[in-house]
Amino acid sequence: MNLLEIRNLKKSFGALEVIKGISLNVEEGKVVSIIGPSGSGKSTLLRCATLLETIDSGELIYLGEYAVTTDKDGKAVYASKAQLKKIQSYFGLVFQNFNLFPHYSVIKNVTDALITVQKKPKEEAMEIGRELLKKVGLSDKENAYPYQLSGGQQQRVSIARALALNPKILFFDEPTSALDPELTGEILNVIKELAAEKMTMVIVTHEMSFARDVSDYVIFMDNGVIVEEGSPSQVINNPKNERTKAFLSRFDR
Amino acid sequence: MEWSVMILKITEGLWESVKIFTLTLIFSLPLGLLVAFGRMSKNWILRNFIRIYISIMRGTPLILQLMVIYFGPFYIFNITLPKGYRFFAVIIGFVINYAAYFAEIYRGGIESIPIGQYEAAKVLGYSKSQTFIKIILPQVIRRILPAVTNEVITLIKDTSLAFAISYSEMFTVAKAIAAAQTNMTAFIIAGIYYYIFNFIVAYIMEWIEKKLSYYR
Ligand SMILES: Nc1ncnc2c1ncn2[C@@H]1O[C@H](COP(=O)(O)OP(=O)(O)OP(=O)(O)O)[C@@H](O)[C@H]1O
Ligand SMILES: [Mg+2]
Repeated sequence: MNLLEIRNLKKSFGALEVIKGISLNVEEGKVVSIIGPSGSGKSTLLRCATLLETIDSGELIYLGEYAVTTDKDGKAVYASKAQLKKIQSYFGLVFQNFNLFPHYSVIKNVTDALITVQKKPKEEAMEIGRELLKKVGLSDKENAYPYQLSGGQQQRVSIARALALNPKILFFDEPTSALDPELTGEILNVIKELAAEKMTMVIVTHEMSFARDVSDYVIFMDNGVIVEEGSPSQVINNPKNERTKAFLSRFDR
Repeated sequence: MEWSVMILKITEGLWESVKIFTLTLIFSLPLGLLVAFGRMSKNWILRNFIRIYISIMRGTPLILQLMVIYFGPFYIFNITLPKGYRFFAVIIGFVINYAAYFAEIYRGGIESIPIGQYEAAKVLGYSKSQTFIKIILPQVIRRILPAVTNEVITLIKDTSLAFAISYSEMFTVAKAIAAAQTNMTAFIIAGIYYYIFNFIVAYIMEWIEKKLSYYR
């Protein structure tokens, strides 16, 4: 079953067309990586899918439910507010720069949406929160504030925060790009663990060997279009397209 | 005049000053937030109306604003207001003036919060009002507190401007006594009171700032 379907998505900023008709399906339990040069529209695609940007045209479907359809003039039509709120709960997003709430302790960062948004009782939320902090290896940091943590620890909190709401699909936008190189490993390991548990994920990354190891499917984007896609061994190890080859030649694989 | 009588009168004046101070804060702090929303509104008419209001409040002396509010109804509209209007005029004048200053402080604070905070909250499913109340406002308050402290301290001293419409707060009282006695004693006592008042308020504000500095 497709948890996410994107059909012919287009998005412009003013006169600049950034996404030029992208379609992509994400099956339950699969990990899809999106790679591509800077400015190719990877973040914009993720932001459209997570409803942070307004799509110009195309369709966006989660679990068979339409978030966005297109009318006969080709203009995007968003679902009702109530429907979007429901769809909002299907996905989570981990940001490049974490965006933790600085005035909340680690545990409150993880549990507050459970209590405020999902209206769970505090004890239950705390239980879920503690479980997740254990999972990301931060049980001892429950009462710390974000500023007291390393970047890698902050990113692990933000992953726990996203997981707390039990999303069906989790998006990552370059989750290690804001980190010192020696801290990227701890994040990649957490994501690998999630992949092993069959968490459905869409990951924008510049970590090629990680993408190859963790993904079921890889998409190479350039200039707002998908240039090449397929299994990691096809796209990363044996790229056919010249642009893919040129891009990958900059990484040692 | 006996010392005790003089001190009693000035203390009564102090009580009036404290009343102006407290009521001004109680009303202008929340009103300032509403004004800030108006100033940032998508509605062109509202936004510019508020912009003009703020610029008038900041561009003309408070003392003049008090005069207009107190004497305006009579001279402009020929309305005679009851005796108690003097106090209302003082409070209205101070509240709308300080709300304008606070609004600009709030606006600066709100605009300084990174967009990522709104986006993180949105993806987590917080509604707009939940986002503002739980995520944005606490951080705004923390950031604007030093600027608010400045205004609050200024307000203590500004309460004396009510003398312009003869409202018997501390300065007005002290001035009357000093004129009658042709000496400075009353002013010195009032000065000491203002100083202590300031000291206490500054201490409280510092305590709040410390309380809120548990994060960065
Ligand atoms: N809010 C915006 N307003 C105007 N232009 C934007 C906006 N956001 C992105 N763009 C432009 O859209 C293009 C794609 O940006 P995007 O951030 O999606 O690229 P990316 O593939 O994520 O790049 P990177 O690898 O550097 O993160 C860029 O040219 C960028 O300048
Ligand atoms: Mg990006």
